[in-house]
Amino acid sequence: MIRVSFRNLSVIAAGGLLGALARHGLSTVWPHLEGGFPWATWLINVSGCLAIGIVSELVPAPRRLRLFLTTGFLGGYTTFSTAMTDVVVSPTVIGFAYLVTTAAGSLLAVWAGRSMARRARR
Amino acid sequence: MTPLLVALGAAVGAPLRYLTDQALRHRAGTFPLGTFVVNIAGSLLLGFLIGVPVSDAAWSLLGVGFCGALTTYSTFSLEALTLFESGERLKAFAYVVTSLAVGLAAASLGHLAGTAL
Repeated sequence: MIRVSFRNLSVIAAGGLLGALARHGLSTVWPHLEGGFPWATWLINVSGCLAIGIVSELVPAPRRLRLFLTTGFLGGYTTFSTAMTDVVVSPTVIGFAYLVTTAAGSLLAVWAGRSMARRARR
Repeated sequence: MTPLLVALGAAVGAPLRYLTDQALRHRAGTFPLGTFVVNIAGSLLLGFLIGVPVSDAAWSLLGVGFCGALTTYSTFSLEALTLFESGERLKAFAYVVTSLAVGLAAASLGHLAGTAL
């Protein structure tokens, strides 16, 4: 059975729209040129992963602040769908390099964020 | 006008991702099925929107706002790392590979369907 409060949903909506606006702002000032490497989305996803690694370590799970920051803001900021469609519309070599470096960069970033936060807490 | 549409789409997409995750949590053991489902569904829809293509306003609302916030790379990476660190290394690897492969297939399929229309 799902137990979701209206308050939690509002907090996530607020964080999500702020994150989406930050992503929109970044990709507006740094547009994806046709046939080029989608740098803005790459940076957005990797930086968002670094941030979630830090937040997941520093903010305890049941807190509403964590929901706002991770499920809300960072969820709205990072995007899986654009990471996939960017590959589809890019030339094969660039698309493949983008797919692999986004995944590797993001996984490395979330690990680095978590490790740094763990070290800082000690 | 554009930021307002982006915000509106995201204000629906982000809570919908949370609700999906809550509904599907523990349905597949420790496999993060909720995030997997929203990421695939969002990739399919965004591929379709690129293929059609739609007006600037619809793109801001549904593409940048809704699909962007419905899907997430940060939670996806965090879940993969958490699985890996808890010793479920094969599941972590399978989660990453299936998300990327099925996500890419969904985006291509959506794009194809949109272009065909």
